[in-house]
Amino acid sequence: MEEKIKNDFEKIIENSKFSNKDIELKRDFLNKFIVSGFPNKKLENWKFSDLNQIIKKNIGDLSFYTNYSIPNKLNPSIYIDGLEHNKIVFINGRIEKIDFKYEEKDKIQISDQFELKKDTKVTNSLINLNNAFANKYFKIVIKKNYSIRKPLVIYHTTNNINSKNINLRLDFVLEKNSSLKIVDIFNDQSEKNFINVFYNFELNQDSILKNYKIDQIENNNIKYSFNNIVQQENSVSETFILSSGSNFIKNEINCDLIGKYSSAFINGIFSLKQKKHHEIKTNINHLIDNTKSYQLIKSVLENESKAVYQGKIFVDSKAQKTDGYQLSKAILLNETTEFNAKPELEIYADDVKCSHGSASGSLNDDAIFYLMSRGLNYTEAKKLLINGFLLEVVEKITDSQIKNLIKNMIGLKE
Amino acid sequence: MKKEIENLKEYKYGFTTDVENIRAPKGLNEDTIKFISEIKKEPKWMLEWRLKAFERLKKLKEPNWQKPKYPKIDYQDLYYYSAPKNASSKPKDIKDLDPKILETYKKLGIPLEEQKRLNGIAVDAVFDSVSVATTFKEKLNDVGVIFCSISEAIQKHPNLVKKYLGSVIPITDHYFATLNSAVFTDGSFVYIPEGVRCPMELSTYFRINASQTGQFERTLIIADKGSYVSYLEGCTAPMRDENQLHAANVELIALDDAEIKYSTVQNWYPGDEDGKGGIYNFVTKRGLCKGTNSKISWTQVETGSAITWKYPSCILKGDNSIGEFYSIAITNNHQKADTGTKMIHLGKNTKSKIISKGISAGLSDMTYRGLVDISSKANNSSNYTQCDSLLMGNKCGAHTVPYIKNKNSKSNVAHEATTSKISEDQLHYCQQRGLNSEEAVGLIVNGFCKEVLQQLPMEFAVEAQKLVGISLEGSVG
Repeated sequence: MEEKIKNDFEKIIENSKFSNKDIELKRDFLNKFIVSGFPNKKLENWKFSDLNQIIKKNIGDLSFYTNYSIPNKLNPSIYIDGLEHNKIVFINGRIEKIDFKYEEKDKIQISDQFELKKDTKVTNSLINLNNAFANKYFKIVIKKNYSIRKPLVIYHTTNNINSKNINLRLDFVLEKNSSLKIVDIFNDQSEKNFINVFYNFELNQDSILKNYKIDQIENNNIKYSFNNIVQQENSVSETFILSSGSNFIKNEINCDLIGKYSSAFINGIFSLKQKKHHEIKTNINHLIDNTKSYQLIKSVLENESKAVYQGKIFVDSKAQKTDGYQLSKAILLNETTEFNAKPELEIYADDVKCSHGSASGSLNDDAIFYLMSRGLNYTEAKKLLINGFLLEVVEKITDSQIKNLIKNMIGLKE
Repeated sequence: MKKEIENLKEYKYGFTTDVENIRAPKGLNEDTIKFISEIKKEPKWMLEWRLKAFERLKKLKEPNWQKPKYPKIDYQDLYYYSAPKNASSKPKDIKDLDPKILETYKKLGIPLEEQKRLNGIAVDAVFDSVSVATTFKEKLNDVGVIFCSISEAIQKHPNLVKKYLGSVIPITDHYFATLNSAVFTDGSFVYIPEGVRCPMELSTYFRINASQTGQFERTLIIADKGSYVSYLEGCTAPMRDENQLHAANVELIALDDAEIKYSTVQNWYPGDEDGKGGIYNFVTKRGLCKGTNSKISWTQVETGSAITWKYPSCILKGDNSIGEFYSIAITNNHQKADTGTKMIHLGKNTKSKIISKGISAGLSDMTYRGLVDISSKANNSSNYTQCDSLLMGNKCGAHTVPYIKNKNSKSNVAHEATTSKISEDQLHYCQQRGLNSEEAVGLIVNGFCKEVLQQLPMEFAVEAQKLVGISLEGSVG
């Protein structure tokens, strides 16, 4: 792999307009990635999902080369109907469109002229990979006191490519008292690619971020998505993950609560049908007093699928009055399914309220019996119970427009 | 009462006993192993077994994934065998025992003279590397229970030992377990024959006396079909500036319908207030529910040791078998603990229950780490886990790291964990009724631990309750 990845890298550099300094840094990231390679199960973080093996088995040899000079055709049919929204369209590794037509122009600043920064703290080899290969990365700033009027939908699309590694990086800055809603829609018409998405969020005082990640369309791609969120005083972040369509996807969220009264909410659904393997990994770091976090993850698993939830709450010794909560529940519908959880607490402060719970098992026989005795057949009863089970998570979504959109997508009824 | 507590504040088991020792030459090598095997007059197969483990050990690396880190142990700078001179051949009668050793156990509150024992617990006393006395032997013989040191069992009951030794913790296990397999010196052996309910509590008392010595004992308990045994283990060591290694292996085997209850009150020397000295307690404890309807229950009260690193586990192989784990772990000053359990469900209708209470105070660090693994064949299995942590002060840490693997849709797993501190309201309530703050904390902590303390046999429960109080002395300000 090493020679291949180096050749691909040089080919990209030849055709690019990166500054010399950037090239040097990118090379540095590349070398770091080469040393560690794709993560494997020997790493605690990847214990339940051996990405190295998964890529080997499902893709085989990856190509890291993408010709960034040829634009891809936009296909408007992928856009969500009946929802006015701003767009970012990302096709086969290129950002083809950034469109904030519903917003005031001077309230949103978009730039791609950034020099990469050396980050010595990063030990995540996939972030090194991302930094080495991502084309240009955009920084989007929401100005002070501005709340965007319509949600921003980011379309992640692939077509006609195979066995490729695709990287996307976006940075968002929410200035004081601003707010942003992002919906990520994964829409793939390709197979066997490794897609690596890295978002960086900087939430300043009183800002609000809502991020809804929807991976619902059936596809055979392998994905990794990493959200790094840093929150200042009184900021709020809400993340919702619908994990369903891809062959493999790992959603990782790292959230540093560094300002007082900041809070983070993470809700997620695994709805896995055929031989899929999905994971959600969260790291909530309570680094100052009076912060709050809440996590709720529910899974419904069928036919040889496997879901993993690794959630960690870290409480620094300074972070008194922390309120941390974490709950994961799973329904295993067949004998061939598997649910693994590692809900972890690491606590160094004494005046805190932290708890976690995890439960997994089959559907409640009594409940099924109850419904059947009232005239439903087994399939209907099962469907109703699963509906209610998942609805609880969807109901946590604070944006009613998007809540309805997601309900329709997975066919949940009230 | 107050005076009693004053006396207890210091680690009261910190004295040393001045007896002449026989030691193996320093260092870990084949000669040491041969020396141990020879002095214990072991048969050839035993020596071969040890050497095989040693071969394997050479290829292994010390694990380092645990939370409490410790300075590198120089395995060549340790004595692997140390025994009181005149105990190397175990006296037949307790009267023949070195009076100094008798005195030691008396000081520890474990009188070995049987007539003085009113509460009817049979004791196997292990002093450094050897078992020095076993009480109530005859009485146990009457019902067919074999309770002796493992060295004696190797000579007298080789078939049983051959069959079961290493069957739960094989010599191919992790580093410390394999080290123990190579150099273990003594320990207890228990065999309960079919259908016998052991008439009294069995107990081993471990004492590390010599300096620069590692203690590697090995305990093997076999409960044959339909039998029952309750086994207790206590440990202490003198106060020394150096860190001493204790790497024991405990294997339990429960056949059809048998039940083993294993309780530990671990009070090794924890080191002084600045974290100097203390025992490294790296123990491998594993029980195998081999037969159907068998049950193994671990209860532990961990208050001592500089570092405690152990996971008493149950392998639930037999259908309908039950595994239980009750634990209280208390760390104060610079103590560190990384403890928990593994429940491995292999058989159908297996059940397990985990109740863990962790209390950390001072500058200590405590981790609950546990695994619940339900295999795809373990239909209708269930697990319930509850781990609660209590923090005292903001310089200590309490962590929960559960691993939950469920591969069976017909099985249920539930896990709950909370972390909190003693609330002002509770303290206020107690103080209002005339308790001082330390007594109030003691009362609340005892209430917090009650679920686990209840599982201990009576005599131990009283001791443990006191220990809980003492371990937290000075942590409330």
